Amino acid sequence: MIHPALPSVLVAVLAGLGVYGILARRHAVLVLVGVELILGAAGLLLVTVGSTTVGEGTAAATSGPVLTLFLITIAAAEVVVALAVFLALSRERGHVDLAAPLEDGSSTP
Amino acid sequence: MSGLDVLFLAVGLLTAGSALLAVTAGRVLHAALWLVVALLGLAGCYLVLGAELVALVQLLVYVGAVVVLILVALMLTRAGGVPVVTSGGQRAGAAVVGAATTLLLGTALVGSVGRDRVELTGPDNARVAEGIFGVYVWPFELLSALLLLALVAGVAIARGGGKRS
Repeated sequence: MIHPALPSVLVAVLAGLGVYGILARRHAVLVLVGVELILGAAGLLLVTVGSTTVGEGTAAATSGPVLTLFLITIAAAEVVVALAVFLALSRERGHVDLAAPLEDGSSTP
Repeated sequence: MSGLDVLFLAVGLLTAGSALLAVTAGRVLHAALWLVVALLGLAGCYLVLGAELVALVQLLVYVGAVVVLILVALMLTRAGGVPVVTSGGQRAGAAVVGAATTLLLGTALVGSVGRDRVELTGPDNARVAEGIFGVYVWPFELLSALLLLALVAGVAIARGGGKRS
């Protein structure tokens, strides 16, 4: 027996912290940390609903954990592409500061 | 409070505290390492909720792979002297937006789940396997293609698009 409000509150806290992390950071990799927290909150919500409700049939009964596994996989793919973009950015500009002003004409081929 | 409640409270407080430190830590490496603790705590939450397979995958994929990727990217981008946090005004605005998100999601979710305790009735691992390889087999196969695509795209982007002046 578990109180279902506890995981819900944790989901809300993690999502709020992730939004704060995305908006308040200027280092690109740390913005990604905020995105990871929001994705974690989404996964926790899926697992919570999956383990506290009873579904009819295989598709509904297993959708919580299965969709969480899919979410984790998609998040891994997203992290790979995002970090590759940051590497290219740091090679092009020498830093990954998202708040730095863009210099004119430096990125024209 | 039942035993599961106390257990989830402990793991959840650990997760929330380390997530807070991950978004407020002043140094890049510390933030990444607090993210490790937060993701470990999240795996613990999955375990308490009875989803052992998801907890294990979270441990392997996130704590094992994603965090190592983030640490390697931190070393490669080597942001010497780049300030980590934005100005005070933007941080205050971000805190307001984050708190509003928490409040909105919290009231909506807590209002929707009801007040009485529920039994944990999640599917066991054999049932989850039936779901993955039965009903959800095509999304599962598509995800493997997505991972391959992400790998190739990551290499292509990180190598750069040829020589440019």
